[in-house]
Amino acid sequence: MVLLLALHAAIAVVAPAAGARLGRKVFWLCAIAPAATFAWVMAQWSGVVAGTAVDQPLSWVPGLGLSLDLRLDGFSLLMAGLISGVGVLVMVYSRYYFSERPGLGRFAGTLTAFAGAMLGIVLSDNLLAIYVFWELTSVTSYLLIGFEDSKPSARAAALHAMLVTGAGGLAMLGGFVVLGQAAGTYSLSAILADPPSGTAVSWGLAMILLGAFTKSAQAPFHPWLPGAMAAPTPVSAYLHSATMVKAGVYLIARLAPAFAAGVGYWRPVVISVGLTTMLVGGYRALRQHDIKLVLAYGTISQLGFLVVLVGAGYPELSFAGGALLLAHSLFKAALFLVVGIVDHQAHTRDLRELSGLGRRMPATFAVAAVGAASMAGLPPLLGFVTKEAAYEALVHGHGLGGLLTLIGVVAGSVLTFAYGARFLWGTFADKPPSGRPRIGPEVPLPKWQFLAPAALLAGLTVLFGFAPVLVTGLAEAVAASLLAEVDVHLVLWHGFTPALALSGVTIALGVALFLARERVERAQDHLPAVPTAQGAYEGSVRNLVLGATRLTGVVQNGSLPTYLAIILLTMVALPAVALARGASLPDGLTFAESPLQVAVAALVLVAAAGAATARGRFAAVLFLGGVGYGVAVLFLIQGAPDLALTQLLIETLALVIFVLVLRHLPDRFDPKPWRLRERGRIVLSAGVGVFVAFFVMVAAGSRTAPPVSEEYLARALPEGGGRNVVNVILVDFRGMDTMGEITVLVVAALGIASLVMAGRQREEAP
Amino acid sequence: MTARPGKVGPHHVGPGEEEPSLILATCVGAIFHTALLFSLFLLFAGHNAPGGGFVGGLVAGAAFVLRYVEGGTDDLGRLMPVSATALLGAGLTMAVGTGLAALVVGGQFLESGKVTLDVPLLGEVKATSALPFDIGVYLVVVGLVLGILTTLGAEKGERA
Repeated sequence: MVLLLALHAAIAVVAPAAGARLGRKVFWLCAIAPAATFAWVMAQWSGVVAGTAVDQPLSWVPGLGLSLDLRLDGFSLLMAGLISGVGVLVMVYSRYYFSERPGLGRFAGTLTAFAGAMLGIVLSDNLLAIYVFWELTSVTSYLLIGFEDSKPSARAAALHAMLVTGAGGLAMLGGFVVLGQAAGTYSLSAILADPPSGTAVSWGLAMILLGAFTKSAQAPFHPWLPGAMAAPTPVSAYLHSATMVKAGVYLIARLAPAFAAGVGYWRPVVISVGLTTMLVGGYRALRQHDIKLVLAYGTISQLGFLVVLVGAGYPELSFAGGALLLAHSLFKAALFLVVGIVDHQAHTRDLRELSGLGRRMPATFAVAAVGAASMAGLPPLLGFVTKEAAYEALVHGHGLGGLLTLIGVVAGSVLTFAYGARFLWGTFADKPPSGRPRIGPEVPLPKWQFLAPAALLAGLTVLFGFAPVLVTGLAEAVAASLLAEVDVHLVLWHGFTPALALSGVTIALGVALFLARERVERAQDHLPAVPTAQGAYEGSVRNLVLGATRLTGVVQNGSLPTYLAIILLTMVALPAVALARGASLPDGLTFAESPLQVAVAALVLVAAAGAATARGRFAAVLFLGGVGYGVAVLFLIQGAPDLALTQLLIETLALVIFVLVLRHLPDRFDPKPWRLRERGRIVLSAGVGVFVAFFVMVAAGSRTAPPVSEEYLARALPEGGGRNVVNVILVDFRGMDTMGEITVLVVAALGIASLVMAGRQREEAP
Repeated sequence: MTARPGKVGPHHVGPGEEEPSLILATCVGAIFHTALLFSLFLLFAGHNAPGGGFVGGLVAGAAFVLRYVEGGTDDLGRLMPVSATALLGAGLTMAVGTGLAALVVGGQFLESGKVTLDVPLLGEVKATSALPFDIGVYLVVVGLVLGILTTLGAEKGERA
């Protein structure tokens, strides 16, 4: 499994460079990674369905409890199969979707990286590793949505998706940490086997749910998903229907069996959020004119449905949820791919302009019809079978909450039928003439390879619908890996059951709603404007930027004296107060060890006073140099020639650099601010001076452990191979520090150079 | 580049516009090479006696500062065949490379090692991996000083 992840990473890295040479063929290269994954997943199929998970533990940062333990069980198998299978098809499809253009290699590489990250989420058995992959999907999807980076709308949509899912992801990380600390392990399977409980865990789970809701576009976080339709259609098909948006569903499904019963708010919250999302998404889909947006809102609706099913934590519902997850990925990916074909051939996605496309492109129409019928839940397709399973599970429901849930799900399914029909009608039907241009009868036909991926997905929907036994084992394995043994089966024909009656009701109401579509649109138009989630997002982003600007204006006012004053005041106010409360001076303080020290110290003091009172910059710099040289002499007297030499040289170089800089500055200090707050400055600097002196004496006197220098002295020659302890410390014992310091030097030198160059260019510009 | 009179020697114009000082030029000419040699001595002796890459680099830097005071950035440009940036890069590469080399031969990053070489003429020479590391530090420090001199010290419109 690690090898598969590494393969994705490697191809993602080489794809941008390969894209320059291969052009569109780079998608063949990138298809290798998901294809290999798919082959491997299929090879594991029988074993995993029989109940043996594949484990591959791998230690990463053991100190943090972060490991890359990979695990393939039933649910992971379903997800990994979808990710890789749909991944291959999307790669093939992209080959024909894109025309030759620069940046395709980058796009293909990002798509591969995304596929790898998604794979990592569903294979990881460690919460922290899941988080890492989770954020990787956010980042890569940001890049993919913003692929058309010259369009402001695409950039805004990418940022929106990034902000919402990123914020949710951060909350989720917090939740993971709480959960992991409470359980004492970050291993997902260990936590689920022995779930912790308590107030902290409840809060942690709430944060995790928040992350899952944002990722799966649950209300009220859903608006990023329609916005993300700015992405190229293969991305929409892959990320926004088949894979990424399922990450939240995946996580909820994983946690639900362990926590749904024990955590009081879980079921009410998850089910009501899911139902709301299902209804809001379906309702909004009925109003859209862009066929891609019809599908986008439909996806939101279906994600709500999935959350209801897998989030409740009942075995039968999880079983139906697993089956629906598969069905949805198949038909929704197929439908998105069809939208891409229509867009590619007809250059419009407005259903008021498309007309007569069904007669022109019968094959495409057939694929879309199968997909939409499966979505609407018509027999004998997989969508019908899974929806039946869901109804069946809900009918044998769980009290009043169960009944309400059932009513909500049926209402949502009615909407699903209606927008499914709207999509099909809007894309392919002949429409009466209106004022708009009509596009359809003369569009060029797509290549068969272009249509093949969608056709394959739709074909699977038919196949699994007629023979649900093919996926029963998988759905059972999914439910089993969610800690629930179930005794239900997917069948096409249940007999005359309440579920069948409900399906009939759904279809009848759906047909009615579709026939009344114009009235519905008008009614939606006439509803008073309600505060939308989109508006809330825009408002909060605006206020955030505004607040940041104001805060920066206060905190970063650009005055060097103010910054210094704040730093020094903090130093005096916090440590000095603590020092004054509980410290005592060491015994046996001597004033000076030799008269020479007194003399030099006196000189240093005079120079310091001179530097502080000098009116000219040059004089102040010279006085400062005097202080430095004086200190160097003090080092020499104390018997530290290394330090003295270094200090002397540094002082000299600093002096020279000062002089070089002074050439660009006025000769004298600006007198005004100096006079205004002079008294405050004197008090502050005296305070800092007294504090530092006092602190050094106390610190030197309060040693309890033997000084580290003795150890260094003893070990310098045998271990560092040098008699100069200072040098051995620099290059050996603390070699890492030195390396960091010279890196800083290099950065500083480059920074100075670029600053000076920039300043010079500005001087020369006018 | 503004045209300046004279070649290497005591007769070219310094950063100020006044006449060059003959005494200064003569002294710098005498001290410069000695200082460079001293800096190398510090570098190589530093492991056992006061010195080391940092101090050595500073001494070399100080020598270049003298040279700059006497001859300006043009003079520095003539003296140094490589740019300050190249020195910085070489130094950092050398230091990091020493650390990585320890990794390659199976130790920890930056773990120090000792070798005893039998060099002709010099006889047996003990060398530690600290030396290349120190040379890296030396190069970075010299590069820093040179970089500051050539950027801050250059006249308007002048690139050195």
